[in-house]
Amino acid sequence: MSSKSKPVLTSSLGKKLIMSLTGLFLCTFLVVHLIGNLQLFKDDAGYAFNNYAYFMTHFTPIKVVSYLLYASIVVHAIYALVLTRQNKAARPVGYYQSSGNANSKWNSRNMGILGTVILVFLATHMQNFWWQYKFGTTPYVEYQTELESGNRQINASDEIPPNYDGYKIFVNNGVEVIQTKDLYKQVEYTFKNPLIVLLYVIAMAALAFHLIHGFQSAFQTLGFNHRRYIGLIKGIGIWIFGVIIPIAFAAMPLYFYFKSL
Amino acid sequence: MSKHLNLTLKVWRQKNNKSKGQFVTIQANDIADDMSFLEMLDVVNEDLTRKGEDPIYFDHDCREGICGMCSLVINGRPHGPMEGTTTCQLHMRSFHDGQTIVIEPWRAAAFPVLKDLAVDRTAFDRIQQAGGYVNVNTGGVPDANTIPIPKRVADEAFESATCIGCGACVAACKNASAMLFVSAKVSQFALLPQGQTERYERAQAMVDQMDKEGFGSCTNTGACEAECPVGIKLTNIARLNREYFTAKIFRQEDVHS
Repeated sequence: MSSKSKPVLTSSLGKKLIMSLTGLFLCTFLVVHLIGNLQLFKDDAGYAFNNYAYFMTHFTPIKVVSYLLYASIVVHAIYALVLTRQNKAARPVGYYQSSGNANSKWNSRNMGILGTVILVFLATHMQNFWWQYKFGTTPYVEYQTELESGNRQINASDEIPPNYDGYKIFVNNGVEVIQTKDLYKQVEYTFKNPLIVLLYVIAMAALAFHLIHGFQSAFQTLGFNHRRYIGLIKGIGIWIFGVIIPIAFAAMPLYFYFKSL
Repeated sequence: MSKHLNLTLKVWRQKNNKSKGQFVTIQANDIADDMSFLEMLDVVNEDLTRKGEDPIYFDHDCREGICGMCSLVINGRPHGPMEGTTTCQLHMRSFHDGQTIVIEPWRAAAFPVLKDLAVDRTAFDRIQQAGGYVNVNTGGVPDANTIPIPKRVADEAFESATCIGCGACVAACKNASAMLFVSAKVSQFALLPQGQTERYERAQAMVDQMDKEGFGSCTNTGACEAECPVGIKLTNIARLNREYFTAKIFRQEDVHS
């Protein structure tokens, strides 16, 4: 046996390792993203959510992690493409009759299709909110909260006033004033469109099936498969990442759509 | 008394590695349902020979389900519809009168078709030669059971060692991946004291050879486990991943120089 082996990342297992690690990192992001976005369900005209949105886009450590996140999405997609091409080349002549669901689950065989749906969704999602928030036009809001009584006055407008120069928070005579871009209102506007709501719901269904296979598959690739904890891994993959998270995300566009009717 | 079946076979016929193959429909009449699948093909071949036609070329050897020589994708399933069975142990009672049976060879770039239903599986031999062995000292034969091995570990190694190398895992996998085979061959040694000397080089050498042969990568669909005639488990693949990554990260030889 020679000890001169190929470098780890060029081997089939190494590429799978990258898929596994980027995939799991994206899973942890989903948890954080969901918990933060649950503030959309608060009936406070977006006060909590808009402050959170400002924090998430301007706090340096979070910014660093968010760029890691974009990189992970790109790397996950590129390696998926590379592996899929290699895997297709490994069987140049296909079967006349395929075994279908007799020996494996549909979603485990179609991770690429599910992933593509998610990628299309991500592009739309980034355009809808990330791009609009950073470079596009969003509504504007000013919250005036009396600190003693907690009474809040909201001055909202569909356009950002010309004298607005970024997010501001200050206290004036016992009144907390926050001036910010109104991403919450942007969410309300976006989800008035039933086609966008439909895309989001379909994408969350795709995400569910992608993760029901993907989460436990990532652990298998890392070598974690033991009867002592495999049930726990599969349980988390199915119930948390396959059921709770996609349903909670899908509830957001549906909530705003039905609220707008 | 056995029942007799009349069957329509759609068989892949291909002259050799270079030529293009095609499906040929062959009638198989009066097949006793207690025949094995291969005996059914024997009967069909006798018929073809009598008519002066080329018999269907297929791999077989022990016909006891232990050698790993027989293959065939039958109605889309490697080794046919029965679980935990090789084609030679599949009996015609699993089929019904008047049924159409599609018979195809293993499909993989690494397993080129030799003729009809027989494919070249020497890629497996080359993977095995790359690292699927142990070095032993020459000299007198050691006494049995001189090396203590916990029964649990011995059983697990034995389970992995039952792999007959038939290639059904590759045939079943949508990526034509050989991971189940390679992982079984790595596991049977990695678990035992006798396999420790080459343990980490073995995992690397066999994975390298597997990639070189053009097998696809594992996407953990589990089709291989479902179709394996001897029940090799996916836990073997997880073990191979552990062996390989441990080797790459902690056990590279130059770490020690």
